[in-house]
Amino acid sequence: MNVVVAKTETGRAMSDALAIARDRLAGTGKVADYRRQAFDAYAREGLPHRRIEDWKYTDLRALMREVLPLAPAPDAPALTRAGSALKLHAIAGARRLVLVDGVFAPKLSELGDPEKGLGIRTLREVLEAGDAGLHTQLFAPDNSNPMVALNSAMMTDGMVIDVADGAVLTEPLHIVHIASGGTPAAMVTRSMLRLGKDSGATLVESYIAADGAKAYQAHDSLIVSIGNHARLDHVRLVEDGRDAFNISSAVVTLGAHAHFNTFGMTSGANVSRYQATIAFAGEGSRVETNGVNLLNGRQHADTTLFLDHAVPRCDSREVFRAVVDDRGHSVFQGRIIVRPKAQKTDAKMMTRALLLSDDAEADNKPELEIFADDVTCGHGATTGALDESLLFYLRARGLSEKEAQALLIQAFVGEAIESIANDTLRELAISAAQRWLEARG
Amino acid sequence: MTALLEVKDLKVRVEDNEILHGLSLTVNPGEIHAIMGPNGSGKSTLSHVIAGKPGYEVTGGEILFRGEDLLEMSPDERAAKGVFLAFQYPVEIPGVATMNFLRTALNAQRKARGESEFSTPDFLKKVREVAARLNIPQEMLRRGVNVGFSGGEKKRNEILQMALFEPAVCILDEMDSGLDIDALRVAADGVNALRSPERAMVVITHYQRLLNYIVPDFVHVMSKGRVVKSGGKELALELEASGYAQFEDAA
Ligand SMILES: Nc1ncnc2c1ncn2[C@@H]1O[C@H](COP(=O)(O)OP(=O)(O)OP(=O)(O)O)[C@@H](O)[C@H]1O
Ligand SMILES: [Mg+2]
Repeated sequence: MNVVVAKTETGRAMSDALAIARDRLAGTGKVADYRRQAFDAYAREGLPHRRIEDWKYTDLRALMREVLPLAPAPDAPALTRAGSALKLHAIAGARRLVLVDGVFAPKLSELGDPEKGLGIRTLREVLEAGDAGLHTQLFAPDNSNPMVALNSAMMTDGMVIDVADGAVLTEPLHIVHIASGGTPAAMVTRSMLRLGKDSGATLVESYIAADGAKAYQAHDSLIVSIGNHARLDHVRLVEDGRDAFNISSAVVTLGAHAHFNTFGMTSGANVSRYQATIAFAGEGSRVETNGVNLLNGRQHADTTLFLDHAVPRCDSREVFRAVVDDRGHSVFQGRIIVRPKAQKTDAKMMTRALLLSDDAEADNKPELEIFADDVTCGHGATTGALDESLLFYLRARGLSEKEAQALLIQAFVGEAIESIANDTLRELAISAAQRWLEARG
Repeated sequence: MTALLEVKDLKVRVEDNEILHGLSLTVNPGEIHAIMGPNGSGKSTLSHVIAGKPGYEVTGGEILFRGEDLLEMSPDERAAKGVFLAFQYPVEIPGVATMNFLRTALNAQRKARGESEFSTPDFLKKVREVAARLNIPQEMLRRGVNVGFSGGEKKRNEILQMALFEPAVCILDEMDSGLDIDALRVAADGVNALRSPERAMVVITHYQRLLNYIVPDFVHVMSKGRVVKSGGKELALELEASGYAQFEDAA
């Protein structure tokens, strides 16, 4: 009964939110219809709760309670605050694309003089223009997931990036999401990256907060298609403010003989969920997906991955590491489906959690559904504390308890970070981990 | 004169067993002490308690370092004060690069003593120098701490750290076990190079041979958690000839 009440309340509140936001939401005609359908799909379910299997460990009704109204478009002081927050996270030699409070900020971004074969537009532009095919792709993600539906209904802006056939980009693309502060509000964004055949690109996504940003919500999604023989290197760093929410989804499709190397690390945000669906649509492709959660205080971070082996001869490797201190809660759900046609699939998943306190929690839910017979699949999971004898050895050499722990934690997450192919990006992940360790004191 | 290290009537339990039953030992600057004794007599236990390993309950007595209560200090404070234990069984730490570990440890000790941290070039120079002296190839230093090291290489890595940290008291727990004859000589030379009027060594060993290289001022025989006999270096030769049986009865 409570569920029904919660649904209608959430529904009503959201209808108001949509009405209020209407003039901020780009697109008319078909786009407006898509939004309305998505919105209805969301309103039917409301925020997901623990009785929905997929959200068992991450009950957004309890953890988030409500979806906040959209953040206003950033004014000049907001952009200044965002600009200073950006400094610590800038990557030398990368093409920066900055979204402040969910709105593209051209002054903080680098749009000029793109490499050959690179096309960049904003989501707003694309939704306002009349490209029906592109609109269909942008609204393709499945509305049966309420947080995807909400995102489809309310997305204000984002980047739409195209890499032409044969173009191998030398500069990494860096999408930075910044919450500028002021009043608690929601930022709702969606980006899309399409890699043509034989192309290559590197995408970094950072989520950060400007000084004083409070209890905001980042709702983001990413749609990726990787063409035949194309390669994408992807790094995602969630360093949101410690009272913020980050609910993000990704939908990735690989063509034939394509390669996707992705690494995600969550060290920020109060509550976060990253749900990614990676689908093989062409034979002979490979995915390496590596993730790290670094949590303390009362942080809750959920990584939910779905690997869909629909075609033969594809490989996937998932390596996940969680370090949880205080009353932190890490969730890893890894589902792999090997469909009947997907013979010669090689899929492996390995998760390890390190608990630094008695109240720390790590939930791990691997699911393998195998419908083909000639496959190599496996998963493993361990949970444990730091090895006392290693800690003592380090302390006997002069390291304080925190320093000794830090070295062992770095080694523990290092196994996942090592998989980042690009040196600069690996360094970036190492410094993000370093920031978390230093903040522990 | 204040002793460098003073163990007084030390009683130690592990879980429900008393392992040290009132052990005393006084070590002055410049001295070399050898501790010998049968397996299980409590030699490693003593070294662990001095270094501050958790899991031991001190039920009586005290340990003073330059007159200060060592048992009140955390293991890292003891290290920074100049207590060094070369472990009988050094652990492997995968994923922690040896160089990074050495630098972090050295600088942590220096910082705790209020000294300036080593710059990277100065540090590298120092490590290379010491490693060369101990026949430790640079390649070993690029691996994880002790990862894939042979037993002898692990022991040499302990001596390397000792040379790098320049401690005031060095406790060497069976540094000779697992070393071949040449490696033993190199390691012993490394230890002898650190002999100084300010520094003391406590050498735990089963074999008189090591004491030909590192010549002790005093030899103590431990049995069943006590020092049952102390003497000069000739006591080691006596033990070699007659074994521990005579002392087992005494204890
Ligand atoms: N953690 C422990 N739990 C139970 N008993 C222990 C523990 N550690 C040591 N002991 C016991 O204490 C006694 C002394 O052990 P210790 O390792 O100090 O001996 P040792 O003199 O160093 O021997 P060795 O020459 O073989 O190295 C042994 O009987 C051992 O079994
Ligand atoms: Mg021993």
